[in-house]
Amino acid sequence: MIVIIDYGVGNLFSLKSSFAFLGIEAKVSCRASDIRNADKILLPGVGAFADAADKLIKTGLADLLSEEVRRGKPLLGICLGMQLLFQKSLEYGEHAGLGLIPGVVKPLEGYVPRSLKIPQMGWNSLEIVKNSPLLQYTPPGEYVYFVHSYYAADCAPYVTSTTDYGVPVTATVQRSNVFGCQFHPEKSGAAGLNILKAFSETEG
Amino acid sequence: MITKRIIPCLDVKNGRVVKGVNFKGLTDVSSPVELASLYSVCGADELVFYDINASFEERKLFTDILRETARSVFIPLTVGGGINSLDDFDRALKNGADKVSVNSGAIRDPSLISAAAKRYGNQCVVLSVDAKRVNGEFRVFAKGGREDTGIEALGWIKSGIERGAGEIVLNSIDTDGVKKGFDLEMTAAVCEISRVPVIASGGAGKTEDFITLFQSVPEADAGLAASVFHFGEIQISDLKKAMAKAGIPTRTVI
Repeated sequence: MIVIIDYGVGNLFSLKSSFAFLGIEAKVSCRASDIRNADKILLPGVGAFADAADKLIKTGLADLLSEEVRRGKPLLGICLGMQLLFQKSLEYGEHAGLGLIPGVVKPLEGYVPRSLKIPQMGWNSLEIVKNSPLLQYTPPGEYVYFVHSYYAADCAPYVTSTTDYGVPVTATVQRSNVFGCQFHPEKSGAAGLNILKAFSETEG
Repeated sequence: MITKRIIPCLDVKNGRVVKGVNFKGLTDVSSPVELASLYSVCGADELVFYDINASFEERKLFTDILRETARSVFIPLTVGGGINSLDDFDRALKNGADKVSVNSGAIRDPSLISAAAKRYGNQCVVLSVDAKRVNGEFRVFAKGGREDTGIEALGWIKSGIERGAGEIVLNSIDTDGVKKGFDLEMTAAVCEISRVPVIASGGAGKTEDFITLFQSVPEADAGLAASVFHFGEIQISDLKKAMAKAGIPTRTVI
């Protein structure tokens, strides 16, 4: 069973529906017992980094997630959920993340060419940098749906795919059993469903 | 490279798509769920569901349709029509919408934009604007384009973005329904002042109209249309092939 962490951040309807569509058992919960009993953990997230990090720390979820990851349980962070996996973010100040993957979350502003809009909103293609179980059903050039104003930087050893937004932008990451994707697989049609299916098949 | 988006808009009344006809392979041509699913398979990049209902009962039916669609169609869904309060945002987002578009509701109370952006994030809030040329300026119209508000459109859009709108849908009343192409001049003027994505709407009659839009106004992010898709005058898969051939970045379904 996959547990989709509900910590009051973002819309979980589509994620829940995606797994139901795939016939994969998934439960939306914030209870420690559910998280401990799950085979895999999915950390969603939309909104501001500081608020989300704060919620994870205050509820004790931050420690619990780190503990489960140490035990070898696969964890997938999506969008802001991926950014939270890193050491810190420079979104409105400097805020600590979960520190499960070395790297820093930085603004697209000042990184991508000025002519491009921020947020990056829309479908962009994946350039696969490194094989990853998460991308086992994903051919190079596959289109996925992005909505973001910040990106993961200083994490080159863990980048498994990038997307071209004038410059290469981190799209997926992996550090052993910790996975992340910047885009929304639950909004990326068949391509996204393949990524969620691949995650459900990863082994802890 | 980020691709130019093609967005069909489904007007839904009493649980049915208004204007939907003649689709091969569809058992129920005006079923929003079937049409949404077909569009998704053909390569639509997003879908807009427009609620043209009035009564509470009809609203409930609309919400049911939205939920049912979101259970099987996994591309971004925007809901518009009758959005006047944070409760309306909440209802749409909880039932599977990813973005909510405000139009008349924001004209009545511009603080709705900032309140929604603060609660749900800018990326959820789409400002939809019906605009028309009046006395040498672009003017905002309300009530489905029937009422001149006297508000100048570019200033209205600028202030909407400052309040937190994450995307603009620009519907030109001057070109809407005429099927002679998008309003290039008005779209370019809006792109000039917008740092958030701009979706052009109104006037698409054929495939070339989309190509002209993206070639003449490369800053435009997406093209939206309704009847040309519903009537099958433009097949989305053919449109995307034509866009790719013209060198416009487009997402082709592999």
